[in-house]
Amino acid sequence: MKPLEKGTKAPDFSLKVTPDQTVCLSDFLGRPVILAFYPADFSPVCGDEMSLYNEILPEFKKYNAELLGISVDNVWSHLAFAKEKNLHFPILSDFNPKGEVSKLYNAYNEKDGVSERALYVVDRKGKIAWGYISPIGINPGADGILEALEGIKQ
Amino acid sequence: MSLTVPVGEIDHIQGKENAPVTLVEYGDFECPYCLEARSVIETVKRTEGDKLKFVFRNFPLSQVHLHALHAAYAAEAAAKQGKFWGMHDLLFDNQPAFEDGDLTTYAQNLGLDMQQFTEDMKSEEIAKKVKDDFLSGVKSGVNGTPTFFINGVHFNQPSEAEFLQEAIESAAKN
Repeated sequence: MKPLEKGTKAPDFSLKVTPDQTVCLSDFLGRPVILAFYPADFSPVCGDEMSLYNEILPEFKKYNAELLGISVDNVWSHLAFAKEKNLHFPILSDFNPKGEVSKLYNAYNEKDGVSERALYVVDRKGKIAWGYISPIGINPGADGILEALEGIKQ
Repeated sequence: MSLTVPVGEIDHIQGKENAPVTLVEYGDFECPYCLEARSVIETVKRTEGDKLKFVFRNFPLSQVHLHALHAAYAAEAAAKQGKFWGMHDLLFDNQPAFEDGDLTTYAQNLGLDMQQFTEDMKSEEIAKKVKDDFLSGVKSGVNGTPTFFINGVHFNQPSEAEFLQEAIESAAKN
């Protein structure tokens, strides 16, 4: 599957981040947003990827960028995962209807019923600045994200 | 994926300056896989001898390994007194005993000037060195620890001696 094209409008969404709070992409208009879709909480590779981004958070903040992790796990799983990994950014639950937002971003694996390992950087105006879909077993690192953020720096 | 910041004066380097192969590790002293990789590195250092130059850069995953950052500071603080590799070895030998008291003991064992060591552990210069290492890794696509680069190229295979040896042999021929 190919990522959404650069320059197209990033589909808006509203997803739960805790049992009673939702986050919308449009909440962040005016700031770059990094969307990190990943297959599942608590699988060793994802833990690594989210832990890596957690570590790099201060760099993302230099670009005033917001990082949002997204998987199809439910909010309770997310809360436990965030606690165990000491994550300092929101992870959103694409749980019901399952994978709806992941599908909008060409980031849903129908066969396994999980999000792909996909990355997007959305610019201040809500347009796709960069997208990348990684082989599911490979942690894509953060060099692509940082390059994209550098590219849309004002 | 390749190394964005070339090996230079700021690096900790073991081996001959003109060795044909440079192996760079991005590592975390508290990471169990880095500890496993260490014996592999010791093996290839022995087998490859003068062909190999080894460089260690810090990539502490401080949110997962709560003592990794201080351990990295201890290694860099020891480096200020010419004992980076001594501290590097002590840290891996004693993983995961990295409370501040443990780090002090290791510094004493290395015969460091303790006042200097204590000051350096808190210095901005040391914190910056560790952060610069980390960021150079991020920009080179490092996605976890340990990550290796052989002559600047990401080594994308399991870090077992046979794979590493083979890759080093082939890099030495080119």
